[in-house]
Amino acid sequence: MGREMSEPTTDFEPRITAFVCNWCTYTGADLAGTSRMHMASNVRIIRLPCTGRIDALFVIKALEHGADGIIVSGCHPADCHYTAGNYHARRRFIVFRELMNFMGINPDRITFSWVSAGEGGKWRDVVNETVTRVRALGPFDAYHELAERPSPGSAVEIGVPIPEVPEPSRSTASEDASSPSAAGEDASPAPTSAGGES
Amino acid sequence: MTELQDLAHKLLDEGTVQVVIGWEDSRRGARPVTITDAEDASRLIFDSRCVHNLATYLNPRRSQVRALGKPAVVVKGCDTKAVAALLRESQFERDEVVLIGVRCGGVVKDPTSDGVLTEETTAPRCVACDVREPRLADYIVGEAQPEPPQNTSLDDMVAKLDAMTPDERLEFWTAQMEKCTRCYACRQACAICTCDRCVVDKTVPQWIERAPHARGNFSWHLIRALHHAGRCVECGECERACPAGIPLMLLNRKVQQIVAESFDFTATDDLDAVQPIGDFLADDHEDFIV
Repeated sequence: MGREMSEPTTDFEPRITAFVCNWCTYTGADLAGTSRMHMASNVRIIRLPCTGRIDALFVIKALEHGADGIIVSGCHPADCHYTAGNYHARRRFIVFRELMNFMGINPDRITFSWVSAGEGGKWRDVVNETVTRVRALGPFDAYHELAERPSPGSAVEIGVPIPEVPEPSRSTASEDASSPSAAGEDASPAPTSAGGES
Repeated sequence: MTELQDLAHKLLDEGTVQVVIGWEDSRRGARPVTITDAEDASRLIFDSRCVHNLATYLNPRRSQVRALGKPAVVVKGCDTKAVAALLRESQFERDEVVLIGVRCGGVVKDPTSDGVLTEETTAPRCVACDVREPRLADYIVGEAQPEPPQNTSLDDMVAKLDAMTPDERLEFWTAQMEKCTRCYACRQACAICTCDRCVVDKTVPQWIERAPHARGNFSWHLIRALHHAGRCVECGECERACPAGIPLMLLNRKVQQIVAESFDFTATDDLDAVQPIGDFLADDHEDFIV
């Protein structure tokens, strides 16, 4: 990996959510930025006080919203700002990672790492490696799209005909709503249309 | 009067306890009963149909049972593990409850059946049971029972799923989760679901979607299994209570396997055991962390 930026191999750009601790990894990521290190821009960082605060619910929520990959990162063991938060987090993630795998979510989509405040280079490598790996795995819509699967017993599933409701045409509705109000008020043109035409 | 009925009668008559929680016979097999009058103690039974984990009635969430007064609970060996789990989590004090242990020869899966133990009917939790004589109990009643027939262990089923690819497993679990109607019977039946307010009931912010589609259900059962890591006693009541027939015990079994392998902890009736989540070792394995 080293210093090069990860090169895109397909059109797919993964969306990665990173949950990082305030004291080590966030500061490390900040160092990577202020050192002007080149790294993939696919990662959205969410800063938390400590890895001990990173609940499995956060990871699930990110996947629900369509994240393709996750990074969880914090202080090295024995370096926790709160003495033991990362040790507790490590135990929880041992269970969480294997349980997710058992339920069919590929653990390669989640990177766990320790990145200290001085390891800007390591953060760059973690980001680039994760982006490359998740890009190769492809988009992860499976979890997000679970909601669209018909439940057994639903009207669709048991073949009940559902009457088609015509969608209200948005363009005509907005024109109808805007034209009388524009005409009904004073003669001065609406600021947006005036700005657009001039 | 059996030994169990005599003891219940004595405890209620002396006023040691105000209520005895046990099993009685009904038109539809064995069912839990609360006995508050010493004269009713003759209704109590214990046989292989007494499947229910009565430790769930000690859960402080059940204030209506608390209101009956100090309880004596009839417990099988496996149920004492749930009592121990509640005691380790300081849900009540040991002297707030009297435990009447029964020597158990295995129970069936279905309390409404005729109670004959065969390889097909024996509950999975009876496989390799190590607490057939409850050690935690204040009294132990009944004769020593023969070992139940051993059926297919849950471990074999878990191993089958482990052998699949992640995509196949996702498909399997999605098909299961689609059946869930979010009745929360699994949570209500659980002895160790002690939270006053379950995370799934919290709506601001809403962590777990409450709509019963496969995604919300998936998240719910994932979190539910995770919150039981190192706490679940694998009594199987969640799966038995599930009206949709979701194999919840596969999830619970898997989580307890992970906990056993990683933290060397198995469900126990030992009150001094340390619960693995909430504790840590400086050298816990971290081969997955870069």
